[in-house]
Amino acid sequence: MTEITKQSLTELVESIKNKKLSSSEVTKAFIERSEKSKVLNAFITEDFTSALDKAKKFDQKPNLDLKLPGIPMAVKDLFCTKNVKTTAGSKILNNFVPTYESTVTENIWSEGAILLGKLNCDEFAMGSSNETSFFGNVQNPIDKNLVPGGSSGGSASAVAGQLTPITIGTDTGGSIRQPASFTGTVGLKPTYGSCSRYGIVAFASSLDQAGPMAQNVKDCALLQEVISSFDVKDSTSIDFKRNHYSKDLTNNIKGKKIGIPKEYRVDGMPKEIEDLWQKGIEYVRDCGAEIINISLPHTSYALPTYYIVAPAEASSNLARYDGVKYGYRANGENLIDMYEKTRSEGFGAEVQRRIMIGTYVLSSGYYDAYYLKAQKVRRLIKNDFDEAYKKVDAILTPSTPSSAFKIGEKTNDPVSMYLNDIFTVPVNLAGLPGISIPAGHDAKGYPLGLQIIGKAFDEQNILNIAFAMEEKINFKNKITDWWIK
Amino acid sequence: MSKKSEEYLINRRDNQYEVVIGLEVHAQVLSVSKLFSTSATKFGAEPNTQVSLVDAAFPGMLPVINEFCVKQAIKTGIGLNAKINKRSVFDRKNYFYADLPQGYQISQFKDPIVGEGKVIIDLPDGHKEVGIERLHLEQDAGKSIHDLDPQNTFVDLNRSGVALMEIVSKPDLRSPDEVSIYIKKLRSIMRYLGTCDGNMQEGSLRADVNVSVRKKGSKEFGTRCEIKNVNSIKFMQMAIEYEANRQVDLIEEGKTIDQETRLFDTKKNETRSMRSKEDAHDYRYFPDPDLLPLEVSGEFINKLKSEIPELPDDKKKRFINEFKLSAYEATILVSDIEIAKYFEEVVAKMGKNKDMKLAVNWITGELFAVLNSKNLEITQSPVSAKNLAILVNLIKNGTISGKIAKTVFELMLKNDEDPQKIVEEKGLKQQSDPKALEELIDKIINNNREKAIEYKQGKEKLFGFFVGQAMKASGGKANPQLINEILKKKL
Repeated sequence: MTEITKQSLTELVESIKNKKLSSSEVTKAFIERSEKSKVLNAFITEDFTSALDKAKKFDQKPNLDLKLPGIPMAVKDLFCTKNVKTTAGSKILNNFVPTYESTVTENIWSEGAILLGKLNCDEFAMGSSNETSFFGNVQNPIDKNLVPGGSSGGSASAVAGQLTPITIGTDTGGSIRQPASFTGTVGLKPTYGSCSRYGIVAFASSLDQAGPMAQNVKDCALLQEVISSFDVKDSTSIDFKRNHYSKDLTNNIKGKKIGIPKEYRVDGMPKEIEDLWQKGIEYVRDCGAEIINISLPHTSYALPTYYIVAPAEASSNLARYDGVKYGYRANGENLIDMYEKTRSEGFGAEVQRRIMIGTYVLSSGYYDAYYLKAQKVRRLIKNDFDEAYKKVDAILTPSTPSSAFKIGEKTNDPVSMYLNDIFTVPVNLAGLPGISIPAGHDAKGYPLGLQIIGKAFDEQNILNIAFAMEEKINFKNKITDWWIK
Repeated sequence: MSKKSEEYLINRRDNQYEVVIGLEVHAQVLSVSKLFSTSATKFGAEPNTQVSLVDAAFPGMLPVINEFCVKQAIKTGIGLNAKINKRSVFDRKNYFYADLPQGYQISQFKDPIVGEGKVIIDLPDGHKEVGIERLHLEQDAGKSIHDLDPQNTFVDLNRSGVALMEIVSKPDLRSPDEVSIYIKKLRSIMRYLGTCDGNMQEGSLRADVNVSVRKKGSKEFGTRCEIKNVNSIKFMQMAIEYEANRQVDLIEEGKTIDQETRLFDTKKNETRSMRSKEDAHDYRYFPDPDLLPLEVSGEFINKLKSEIPELPDDKKKRFINEFKLSAYEATILVSDIEIAKYFEEVVAKMGKNKDMKLAVNWITGELFAVLNSKNLEITQSPVSAKNLAILVNLIKNGTISGKIAKTVFELMLKNDEDPQKIVEEKGLKQQSDPKALEELIDKIINNNREKAIEYKQGKEKLFGFFVGQAMKASGGKANPQLINEILKKKL
C-alpha cells in the first residue's frame, strides 16, 4: 500500500470504509509527518492529542456511512473552532478560544472528520504570501524560502506537504486559488452564499467565501459537497439546490463553451503564463469543448475596486477588536488610549494599512468618490460576466500572473503584492465560483495554475471541466521533502 | 381647521422670538427578543445575562433580522399615517465606544423602513398636524456604568442589540407644551398598536431634542442645537425652555449660535456643550454587507394594516359621534388605550338605558381621583368596569342619590364589591315614596314652627336648613329632588 500521507482523500475514505486502514492509523501518519515538518510553519495550533483520542473513539464505533469517516483534517485558523484557539493569524486574537463552532467546520465534523489543528494564514486573511501572519512565514513545500501564497498559505502548504489530506481555506480576493496555484494544489472558491460565513472571522463580508483545498479535483468536489449548506444564521447564505458534487463529477465536457477573456492578457505577463494558458486552451479543446473569445471590458478596474471595497468592509469588521471584550488588551490611561495602544500593538502593519484605507474611503466627503463609485464599478464587472455567460458556460484564465515568489521579495511593495490577485479578484467581486488547478511548471519547476470561472451556483460545471483537464494535464508536483531531515 | 393656541414666545426688549423644535424619538420596540439576535429584552435583568455571542460581537458572528421587529416598525409607520418603504437598507454607523461591542451600530441611514407621515396633536383650542420625517430601525447600545468603581467603568450589554425605532419629526413644534402633547400622542399611538410600551422610566422612550429660535414672523430657521438623550417629558420641557432662552440671549448680545450637540444637566437645569459641529463624529455610514436589503411585499404590508386596531383619532371621532361626548371628554378617554378600553366596557355593561355623561363624570372624576391618589394605572383599578357601570345605573334609575353613590363607591374600593349588594345590605336605597317623605317633612315643619314662619317672611336661606333636616332624618337616603318639591309645596 502507498504511504498513507501520499494517498488522496478519496483513497483514504475508501481505505477506511474497506477497513484497510483505521482512523487512528491515518491520523497518526499525518501527525507524524506534521511533527517532522515544523519548519514549514503550517500550523498555528496543533490539536494532535485530541485528534488521536477522537480517532480512537471513531475506530471503536466507526460510522462508515459518513462522507469523511475518521479523516483527520487541519483547517485555516480563520474558522472558529469550539474550545480550540482561533487566532486569524493575529496577535490581537492570540489568546482567543471560541465557545462555538463555525457552520462550515461543523458540517465537516458531522461527516466524521477529525480536527488536526489550525493552519497558518495571513493576518485576518489580508495578504498574498502568508507573510503578514503574527505567527511567522509559512514555507512552500515546493522550495525553500518560497512563499506558499496567501492568505490561505498554511492550508496550501499543509495540503501540498501532505500534513493534511485536505483542508479548507477562505477566499476574499484569491486567498484559496492563488496559494493553490503556488503550491500545485486544487482550490475552489464557491459562489458567494454557497458556504455559510457563520463563525468565520470576517475580513470583507460581501466577498468572503470558504472553500476546499485538495490534492485533486475529486477530493475538492467531495469536500465542497460537505461544506456547502444553506444556513439561517448567515443572512447572505442562499438556499439553492446543491449537487452531490463528487458523485455527479464527470469528465465529459463535450460541447461546453469555454470563454477566453482578452482583457486577462495583461501587460508584462510572463511568457510562460501565456504559454500555460494556451496549453490549457488546447486541453479543453481536446476534451471536446468549444473555445470562444470573449470580452470582460471592466477587468482592469477590478483590482482598484477590490482595494476600496475590501478595506472599507474590513475597517468596520475589525472595529470589534478593541481590547474590551476578548483578545489582546494593552493598558491605557483611559478608554481612547487603551484602544489606540491595543490596536497599534495588536494589529500588524498590513492590517493597519487596510484599516486606514478603509476608514478613508468611507469618510464623509470621500464616500461618493471612492466607496460608492467602487460599488458601481463592481456592478459593471458583474454585468460583464452576465453578458459573457450568455455566450459561454465557463471562462478559462491563468490563476496568477506569476509563479510563487521568494519570501521577502514583495513585502516592501504592497502594490506589487496586490497585483498578484489580478485574475482572482474579479470573481469575488462578481460573487462567482472559481477553481484553480495545477496545469504546469515554470522554468524553475514551480507550479502554475489555471483558473476556471463558472456561473453562479454552477460549481458542478467548473468541477467537471477541472476534472477533465486534470486528466489531460496529468500534473505531478515536484516536491522533494527537502524540509524533512 | 387648526386654530392657533396661545403662542409661546420669548420676549426681549423690542423683540419677540419663536421657538422651533423637532424631535428624534427613540422608542424601544416591544419584542421579546432583540433586533438581530434571539436574546431576551426583559428590563431589569442582572447585568450581562441577556447577551448572545452576536450582541457581544464575537468573531464570525452574524446578525439575522427579527421579523417581528420589522412588523412592529411597519405597524407603527401605519399608525403614523406614513409611507411604508417596500425596500429599506441597514447601514453601519461606525464609532468606538466601550458599550458598542461591534464598533458600529446597525441602523438605517439613506433608506429607512418608514417614510413621511403625520401625527395630529390636540391643543387646548384646536388641533395641529406634526409632520413625521421618517422612522427607522436600529440597534440600541449597551450601558456604561461609571459610578460603581472609582477606577473602572463597567459595561452591561443587556440592552446591546435591542430594537429601537427612531421617529424623526419635522421642525413643526413651537413650545414645550406642544412637545409634551406630541410625545404623549406618539406614546398613545404606539401603546394602541402594542409596538412600544412607552415606559420612560425604563428608557423605552427617550428623545434627542432639536431647538432653534427665530424672530417672530421670520421664515428662515435659526441655527439649531441638538440636546441629546432626554428621558422625561418634564426634562424635555425644561431643556427647551433653558436652551431657547440661551439662544435668544446670544442673539440679543449680537453673538452667533454654534451648531452643536448639547447635554441637559437635570440637576443644574441647564444645557451644556457636548461637542461642536467640527468635532462631530464621522460615522462612515455604509450598507451592512452582512444583511441583504430588507424587502417587504404589498401583501405583507396589507396584512399588517388589517391587524391595526382602532387608533386614538378614530376612536375619538367615534366617541363623539356615537356617545355624544364633548371633544374634551373624548380626548381624555382615548388618550390611553387602557382607559378607552375601560370606558367602553363600562358603556357596554350599562346596557340600553345608559347615562353616558354620568359614566364619563364618574370615570374622569371619582375613579381618576382614586387612581391618582393611589398611583395606580387604570388596569389596576380597584373598581371593575362592570361594577362601575352598575353604580352609574343605580344613580341613573334613582335607586341611590349621587351623594349616596359616593359612599357606595368608597365601599366598593375594598373588594370591588357589587354596588347593588352594598346598597341592599347597608339599606342605602333611596326613599322615593312621596307619601312617606311628606310625613317625614310634616314632622320636621311641626318641630321647627318658628323657622318655618321666618322662611315664609322671606328668610329664604332657611330652605337649605329644612332640606338638611329632611336628609338627616332619612339617613341621607331621601330622594333630594322629591324633598325639594315637597318642601316647596309645604312651606
